[in-house]
Amino acid sequence: MTTLAPPQIRAPKKQSNRRQQTLWTIGLCAFFLAAVIFSTWVIGDAGLNPVLTQRNQSPSLAHPFGTDWLGRDMLTRSLHGMSLSLRVGLLAATASAAIAALLGLAAGTLGGWVDAVICWIIDVCFSLPHLVLLILIAFAVGGGTRGVIIAVALTHWPSLARVVRAEVLQVNSSDYVQLSHRLGRSPAWVARHHMVPHVVPQLLVGLILLFPHAILHEAALSFIGIGISPHLPAIGIILAESMRHLSTGYWWLGVMPGLLLLLSVKAFDWLGENLRALLDPRTSQG
Amino acid sequence: MLSVSNLSVTFSQYEKGLRRKQLTVITDLDLEVQAGEVVAVVGASGSGKSLLAHAILGILPENAAVGGTMLFHGQPLTPERCQQLRGKAIALVPQSVGYLDPLMRVGQQVQRVAQLNGLSKPAARTAVKQTFQRYDLPPQADRCYPFQVSGGMARRVLVSTAVVSQADLVIADEPTPGLHPDVVTETLNHLRELAQEGRGVILITHDIGAALLVADRVAVFYAGTTAEIASAQDFASGNLRHPYTQALWRSLPQNDFVPVPGTQPSPEALPVGCLFSDRCPWVTEACLPERPALRAVRRGLVRCIHADR
Amino acid sequence: MLTGEGLWFRYAPQLPWVIQAQTLAVEPGEVVGLMAPSGFGKTTLAKLLAGYLAPTKGRVSVDSQPLPRRRYCPVQLVFQNPELAVNPRWRIDQILREGHPPQMHQLDALGIHSGWLTRYPHELSGGELQRIAIARTLNSQTRYLIADEMTAMLDANTQALIWQAVLDYTRAHQIGVLVVSHDWPLVRRLCDRILDLAADQDHCTLVSGVAE
Repeated sequence: MTTLAPPQIRAPKKQSNRRQQTLWTIGLCAFFLAAVIFSTWVIGDAGLNPVLTQRNQSPSLAHPFGTDWLGRDMLTRSLHGMSLSLRVGLLAATASAAIAALLGLAAGTLGGWVDAVICWIIDVCFSLPHLVLLILIAFAVGGGTRGVIIAVALTHWPSLARVVRAEVLQVNSSDYVQLSHRLGRSPAWVARHHMVPHVVPQLLVGLILLFPHAILHEAALSFIGIGISPHLPAIGIILAESMRHLSTGYWWLGVMPGLLLLLSVKAFDWLGENLRALLDPRTSQG
Repeated sequence: MLSVSNLSVTFSQYEKGLRRKQLTVITDLDLEVQAGEVVAVVGASGSGKSLLAHAILGILPENAAVGGTMLFHGQPLTPERCQQLRGKAIALVPQSVGYLDPLMRVGQQVQRVAQLNGLSKPAARTAVKQTFQRYDLPPQADRCYPFQVSGGMARRVLVSTAVVSQADLVIADEPTPGLHPDVVTETLNHLRELAQEGRGVILITHDIGAALLVADRVAVFYAGTTAEIASAQDFASGNLRHPYTQALWRSLPQNDFVPVPGTQPSPEALPVGCLFSDRCPWVTEACLPERPALRAVRRGLVRCIHADR
Repeated sequence: MLTGEGLWFRYAPQLPWVIQAQTLAVEPGEVVGLMAPSGFGKTTLAKLLAGYLAPTKGRVSVDSQPLPRRRYCPVQLVFQNPELAVNPRWRIDQILREGHPPQMHQLDALGIHSGWLTRYPHELSGGELQRIAIARTLNSQTRYLIADEMTAMLDANTQALIWQAVLDYTRAHQIGVLVVSHDWPLVRRLCDRILDLAADQDHCTLVSGVAE
């Protein structure tokens, strides 16, 4: 062979700093969601009052989301609705994650009949159609905001509980946990130092990925009228109302709040995925 | 058939926070494989043995950059060509039965490899049957799932996948650790047979004793470089060139069992000069300023300036 | 003395016996080799002796005392795969401190660099990680060490280095070692006495030419 410059087999990939990207995504998503939640305190209730002279205006600079058939500013209404939905979703998802952690840990560590019973409950919850269960529970506890929170909290834990249980079982049967016992560590110490570092990231990511479900289902319940009461500007109610006006050409009544909902849900999704990548010492190197 | 020269692999990794560092794990790796020979690649863990295999197969992770040249049948191995050849002209005999699909009968898996290599379904069936017969696998093994076959049988199934692929180059990555000596010998003999059919075989192992049982030539890797390429007879005849190879040979329990102290330098703190200089009994001033080049000494290749003595 | 008397083991009453009527003993300071073909339950026997599994019949004792269930076990087992024996989310120094922290000169003797201590297990090679796993067990509380194919994954030089450091320590501290391995030359080189499970009775072959 001659002394030609050796061709690069694989050029070093031009890639930007991926960890920086990950942190930026996390920061932006968190900022956006916080902005939506706290926006209601900044913009106040002024836009919620009817101004009959400005009815049915399409999106403009003064009203980026347009106005509805009573002349109410759709941006204000959507933000109020989204903020309420996010807070309801946050509460419901947190409650759901707590249930999942408790049952998952119990099933994984206690084993035996406890595990059998919890697995059976998980299977039962999975076998019932999600929305039907939601409606039944929301109806049974009397509907309203309280009903939505309870229904969402009680229906969203099974998949996360299963993940937690699997994680606990895997860690428990690993050589290093067995070894930790032989090194004279107590079960409580093992749980604190071996189990928690594995389960907490799973739980955190699981919790964040639960939000979008919780919010969508909250919106769904409100949309069909057994969720949050109709005079509150929940996102589901705004969407339900807009249905009547879509056919008359007032597209912004449905599209704009819908986009906001989509963006919020997606923001949570990105947040969860990026957090997962960052928390695992293996993928955090990529 | 395969010629690797000046191969380098660099990973970009994150330190604390956002700073990124470049970690060159393989520097100046050379290896040549001819048709019909078994070349053993031996070295400590972390010496770059497995990364070489991954580089040839084109399955390095995303954050790796590869430099140098790899020629296969005279043509450079580009990522596209790697992908094209992987499993066809270049086959891997993996470490354990864990690499088989647990939900698929082993006969079917071997047959699929044959079909992917362009055999028609009936031809593939016959090929599988012949291969299983050749390796003394009972006819019913064909219908077993991976968990139903014993350790020794699993090895033979894994070798079968390489046989039916008609690959020119077979890479066996650590096929023997923790196995009973009889199974080790059997597996190695199968690799020998593959070479006798005119294929090139790369046997990657940390077990120098196993390597010497079947290899024609042995490439000794140290800290991501080729320290020496010697023929297998050189070991027993005491014709070894590099002090590290000699140390490896001496440290075998059946020989002196005397190791050289110290550890392989980590990729983050490679010495400027010869990579073995901090442990070498022959080290002189001349070893320190730059890395010695790979050169021919007594019909072998060695990366040491004192190898002639 | 570490003794296993009349050890029988099976995972469940309906499953076949994995270990049948095994009796063996290791004296303090003695290095005993344990050899058997695959499928003879060598690893299971090692786990019984180190208290990872409880024998179905028979008993394991150290100086006539049963193994403690809660406290530090005087019999420590070193696995073949160090990757599985350390928590992937822990840093190395945390792993080393899990038992009784080893002394600095122990780490030096095993060739453990101080730079490794701040890393994660996946950033070390198998040989480096195995040194960590061994260092974790070499402390004043360990009376017996069971090495289950401890160096089967390592190159010859690292294997010799590790065994040298381990045997120096165990000789100095009168620790009994049970070497479980397929590698006949290695076992012959290391051990004062070799047990062959494949033979009918546990005949003890005395082997001369032990490494210093």
